Amino acid sequence: MSELVKSPAIGDESPVSATAAAAPEATPKQLTQWAEIRHRFVQNKLAVVGLVIICLLFLTAIFGNMFAPFDPGAQDLENTLASPNGTHWMGTDALGRDMFSRLIAGTRVAMFVGLASIFFAVLIGVALGAIAGYFAGFADTLVMRIADVFLAFPLMIGAVVIILVTGRGITPVIISLAVFSWATVSRLLRSSILSVREMDYVHAAKALGASGWRIVRTHILPNSLTPVLVYATFNVGTTIIGVAALSFLGAGVPVDVPEWGNMLAAGQAFIGVHDYLWLYPSLFVVVTVLGFAFVGDGLRDALDPKLR
Amino acid sequence: MGRYVARRLGQMVIVLIGATMVLFACLFVLPGDPVGSIAGSDKARDPAVVAELKARYGLDKSLPEQYVNYVSKVATGDLGEDFIQRREVSEILGPKLANTAKLALLAITLVTVFGMGVGIIAALYRYSILDMATTFFTTMAVGFPTFVIGMLLMKWFAVELQWFPQLGGDKLEGMVLPAVTLAITDIAFVARLTRGTMLEVLRADYVKTAVAKGLPRRRVLFKHVLRNSSIPVVTYLGISFGALLGGALITEAIFNWDGVGLALVQAIQQQNNPIVIGVVTYSVAIFVVLSLIVDLLYAALDPRIRLS
Repeated sequence: MSELVKSPAIGDESPVSATAAAAPEATPKQLTQWAEIRHRFVQNKLAVVGLVIICLLFLTAIFGNMFAPFDPGAQDLENTLASPNGTHWMGTDALGRDMFSRLIAGTRVAMFVGLASIFFAVLIGVALGAIAGYFAGFADTLVMRIADVFLAFPLMIGAVVIILVTGRGITPVIISLAVFSWATVSRLLRSSILSVREMDYVHAAKALGASGWRIVRTHILPNSLTPVLVYATFNVGTTIIGVAALSFLGAGVPVDVPEWGNMLAAGQAFIGVHDYLWLYPSLFVVVTVLGFAFVGDGLRDALDPKLR
Repeated sequence: MGRYVARRLGQMVIVLIGATMVLFACLFVLPGDPVGSIAGSDKARDPAVVAELKARYGLDKSLPEQYVNYVSKVATGDLGEDFIQRREVSEILGPKLANTAKLALLAITLVTVFGMGVGIIAALYRYSILDMATTFFTTMAVGFPTFVIGMLLMKWFAVELQWFPQLGGDKLEGMVLPAVTLAITDIAFVARLTRGTMLEVLRADYVKTAVAKGLPRRRVLFKHVLRNSSIPVVTYLGISFGALLGGALITEAIFNWDGVGLALVQAIQQQNNPIVIGVVTYSVAIFVVLSLIVDLLYAALDPRIRLS
């Protein structure tokens, strides 16, 4: 995959979890399903690290403006391109704005835009995928062909075309990333509904006289949503990369918004001269993406131990 | 097999039609004024000139007419004239395609050699230091977006060590950094995939049989293990190559590599729609065609696919 096409296939072997698998699993007899899942999750050290990272990111996004030392937009033209020091922990940019405060403000933008586009992608994807999975036949064919059309656009290229139409802005970025990500969700959900429908436990429930609604609610839906949940968690990171990449290309959120991609694009001109200008934003992006990826991997292993 | 090929070809045509319609719909609702970008500023504009320009680029026709016009031209390789240089789009994009293809070819070679090589060694020497290093590398690689990798490589190898030029030229040295930037993440994914499928195949009964009947180790490895574990890897490489050929926006932008990706980024900033349409159509088409080739290859290698 070149840059940011679609996310890696779910269900490929996760080497990370191999260590967790080897650890002795002392599962007490009477555990609810959730307790068991939680138990498996916390045994995966990387997943716990990821969870801590995500919690910190949420706290920064919500309360960041309270502890940011400076106003992220305030310019200080007498103090531009200052190297990291006691007052400006991560230096100042070409307009003398405090990098640390801008990175904190950027956390809010990244989390909001990333989560919002994943939310819409999942919303569209689950609705269409469920239709395709439940009503086989024409609806299925139609939805899947539409999905094929959207999958044929590499994520960045498709998103850039939408931004071209709408102009730069936060909403266009959310929409463009969601429009070219839902197809994977609906494919995942459809194929897992198709396989869950034929599971022995569904047949067993049917044989025991469970109603159709009960089977859908307690067996088919929870079991087929697992891959979607894992995909969504994992891909918040990928989407945040997408947000930054769009700004980096000059087709994302407006330039004056303190956003990681904008900061990276501005810092690019100073490679080798003022590296802190792009190294700190890079650090924020990498840590965020890894946090969501670790939790995604951990969730996959915890929700479906058979997959590992 | 014949029926399978026919069905997949039909699907491909539908996807291409759908994708061109999506693209066309996007560009039609564009708020920008393409004629304005040729005819100059709004005040000095002569209505007669505007009308003539509209007629020249077919912008005065109705939407369906424009679509049919566009599709029939694209099908014959005629992408029209661009808005800025007034040259044939295919003539402008030709050399850029060659540049992108060169980069894609080098990148995919690196991915194949290093990805598969590392994956095979990691699987054969499971739990060795090298295997653990591979696991660590593949786990971390998801977190590093292309722009971070590209900027880090540029800082280390172009600015500090000065082994390679900062911006890609025509020479081979200029290709190394962009190609490595494109390849690194894929090397990690291919290594992980190769390792996983190898480990699975190594456990298979037919491998045990081959070992048990006393075949030399080398022969078991090449005839049984590698051949069978390469199928998913080849699929991944094919799709990845398709995406690379479609143009790497970010990498080409960072290293100023004169390929279709950079052309797209510039055309979007200049509202040069014929170039945008040209690049996106091309990149979707190449992606769809390569996916088809990969699917057919898969079906040829694995009869279970074409029979289902």
